[in-house]
This record gives sequence, structure tokens and C-alpha cells, in this order.
Amino acid sequence: MSFPGSGLAKGLAVTLRTMTKKTVTAQYPDVQPELPPRTRGVIALLEENCTVCMLCARECPDWCIYIDSHKETLPAADPNARARTRNVLDRFAIDFSLCMYCGICIEVCPFDALFWSPEFEYAETDILELTHERDKLREWMWTVPAPPALDPAAEEPKEIAAARKAAEKLAAAAAAEAGGSE
Amino acid sequence: MNLLDTLLRCAAALVVFLTFPLIIGQTEHKVMAHMQGRLGPMYAGGFHGWAQLVADGVKFAQKEDIVPAGADRRVFQLAPAVSLLPYLIVLLAIPVGPDGFVGQAVDAGLFFVLAVMGVGVIGKLMAGWASANKFSLLGGLRTAAQLMSYELPMVLAAASVAMAAGTLSLPGILDAFEWYWIPWQAIGAFVFFTAGLAELQRPPFDMPVADSEIIFGAYTEYTGLRFAFFLLSEYAGILVVSALTAVLFLGGWHGPLPDDLGWLWTILKTFALAFVVIWLRVTYPRLREDQLMRFAWTVLIPLALVQLALTGVIKVAIS
Repeated sequence: MSFPGSGLAKGLAVTLRTMTKKTVTAQYPDVQPELPPRTRGVIALLEENCTVCMLCARECPDWCIYIDSHKETLPAADPNARARTRNVLDRFAIDFSLCMYCGICIEVCPFDALFWSPEFEYAETDILELTHERDKLREWMWTVPAPPALDPAAEEPKEIAAARKAAEKLAAAAAAEAGGSE
Repeated sequence: MNLLDTLLRCAAALVVFLTFPLIIGQTEHKVMAHMQGRLGPMYAGGFHGWAQLVADGVKFAQKEDIVPAGADRRVFQLAPAVSLLPYLIVLLAIPVGPDGFVGQAVDAGLFFVLAVMGVGVIGKLMAGWASANKFSLLGGLRTAAQLMSYELPMVLAAASVAMAAGTLSLPGILDAFEWYWIPWQAIGAFVFFTAGLAELQRPPFDMPVADSEIIFGAYTEYTGLRFAFFLLSEYAGILVVSALTAVLFLGGWHGPLPDDLGWLWTILKTFALAFVVIWLRVTYPRLREDQLMRFAWTVLIPLALVQLALTGVIKVAIS
């Protein structure tokens, strides 16, 4: 069911149809791209959460995280108690010329101090300037979007589940007490 | 016709010659981009890159004009002009509207136009030969071969129209035009337009400048303004071939509107055909050199002869 030249006509139809459709060009510097959540743009640090456990620096496959810290002794609150020590973060830097954006540091952080940010405009003219220090990493924290909503059929978040179980237990105990006093 | 009138007509043809090819070029940028899902130029001039070709022209003017050491200097430098000017001269003879709305009504207009258009190809041959470059020479020879095989069906198709009208004058042909000429001369229109495309070396017939095989054919050694002239001659060629097809086969100024607006019809038909030229370029890949030759000799020339016979039979039957 084809007449000679139907393929040629089909080709013409394809180009004409494409012309009437919306173009796919991203006009990047004029229009910012719409990036999906969890885009691997840059790694941001919430340094308030960091305990200098060094897990991220040790797990990093290409050793691009630099952490310096010192110990501080807190005076004992109670005269009978021992003085406490804690780690204070002096330097947290990520060398983005080495980083391969694997995200292992973010996965491994037990205190939620590292996050993916979709920010991607941090090109530099010198490779050395790609090592970003803690203040810059903290600034990027402001660009981290809220996590996307869970799927409708997903398991509920652990902290909500725990809170709900505790509340249910309390309610059950209160009901049992009320039943026993009658 | 006094001197002032002549000067005015020449100036008008020059203005058309300098602006319309640029409009076609800009249309090609945009149409090609959108047919490929892109936007095309967006910055030059502010609004959707309307001044892109002006910017290109400025760029070309700034570039160094290089003549290769082994080149035949005079011929090399003259070639772009030989390639470009014939189209300007042809434009003078193309009727735009009725009642003398034409640069210069030539009695043997059809003959004149086809002859002068053939000269443009000589410019490309000169470029190919004078460049002292094997790719240029190959491109030039391909141009020559293409001209040889496509000029014949083009002339045969044009001859069919001349037979139908009984005159060689372009305004005369349009005066004799009737609506039923369009189906009657449809085969001729196809042959003429296709052969015109091949003469302009437009894709899918652009083997003389096939960049994957011979860099840029006859234009390989050209830079700066001379190169820009070759490009301009290509777009002027689109204008001329589209206008000629519109005048010979689509009835030129004839249309539903009153005759005063005939020039609008000519321009509209010309640009519609120029759009088709661009459309074909975007859609089809380049033919191989032997396919090109086979297409000319085994398809276009027999078709043109069939059209000629058909025209003759119907012409005799009518009269």
C-alpha cells in the first residue's frame, strides 16, 4: 500500500510537523533550567550538625574532603563530675576538582550534615579555587530544596511512625487505666 | 524610457537583490532550526536574532582576504563577482506585476534569463580551477558535470512554457497565462524547479560542496568577503529560481486580488517556493554523484520531453 515517492512525502511531513511543535532548546543563561529534586549539583554542609566523626572523609573514594578539628574541654557543670570534651570543627573543605559526585559522603553522614544542592554555577578560572571551604559549603545549604513528598503508597517516615506508636501506647494505657478504675 | 527611469529601475533591482536574499537566508536559519526542534539565532539584533546575517556580513568583512600562493590570482579574485552578478542581471528581467512592472522587459526574456543564469556557474568553475587545490578542482568539475546534465531539462521545461504561450518574452508569457496552465505544465514545473535546485547546488543536490567528501568544493580556499559573495550568490540564486518558477509555472502576478496587487502575488509565490527550497534542504540527505547524474538523465530529461510532447499535443488541439 505505498505509491512511489511516499517515503519522500513522509520525510517532508516529519520536518513540517516538527516545525509546528515546541522547540526543545534550553535558553540557559536567560532561563534557568528546572532541575529535578536530588539533582547532584554541589555538596552543601550544614555545619551545625557536623560532629567531626570523619566518616565522610574516610569513605570518600578520591579523598577530596579535608577536615581539621580540635578538642575543647568544657568545664564540669557539677563539681563532682568530670570535665567533658567535644570536637570543634576548624576546617571543612571539599575539593570539587577531585570530587566525582558519587554522593557516598552524603549517604554515610550519620547526623545529616551533608546534602545535595542543585546549584551548579560554581565554575572557576583556576583549578585550585575549586576547593571550597566551610563558609561556602554552608551558604549552599540555603539552596537545598525541601525533600520531595513521599509516594502515596510509601511507608510512613520512621520518626512519624515512632511518634504514632508512642501516642497509641499512651492512649491505650490511659484507656486501660480508665477501664481499671471503674 | 528616459535615463532617470532606467536608473530608478536598476536601483530598485539592486535593493531587491541586496535585501531579499538576506530575508531568505534568515528564513532558512529559522525554518531549519524549528524543523530540527531548535530555536536558531536568538541574540543578534535583539528580537529573535533578526540581524544575524548582518552580523555575519560584518564578520566576513573583518576577515583577511587570502589568495593562495599557487592560485591564478586574477581568476581567483574575479570568480565571486562572476558568480554573483548574473543573478542581479536576471532579476532585472523578471516581471513582478502587470503593465511594465519589470526592470527591463526583454523580448527574448526567457532565453536571456536562462543564458545569463548559466554564466553564474562559470564563476564557480573559475573558483574551482584557479584555487590550485584538489578539492576545489573536484568541486569545480562536479559543478560542471551538474550544469551539463541539469541545464538540459531546465531549458526543455522552460521551452514547454514558451510553446504554450507562443512567446519568449516573460511578461508576454504571463499575459497569455490561463489558470489551467498549472495542471497542464505541472510536470514541467517539477522538472524546472528540481533542475533549478541542482543548478544552485542546494541540498539534496549539493555534491559540488559536499563537506564530508571535498571540504567545501570550489569555495574551499576562499575567505572573508569573497566567500560571503559566494554564499550570497547561492541565496540570490534561490530568489531567482523561485521567482522564475513562480512566473513561468504558477502564473506570476495572476491571483484572486485585483491586478494592482499583482506584485504581491509574485512575491508571495516566490517566497512560498523559497520556503520549499529550504524545506527540501532540511528533509533530504545529499545524493551520491552517480545518483545525481542518473536522476538527471533517466528521470528529469524524459519527464521534460513528455511535458514538451503534452504541451505540443494540447496546443495543437486547442488551436
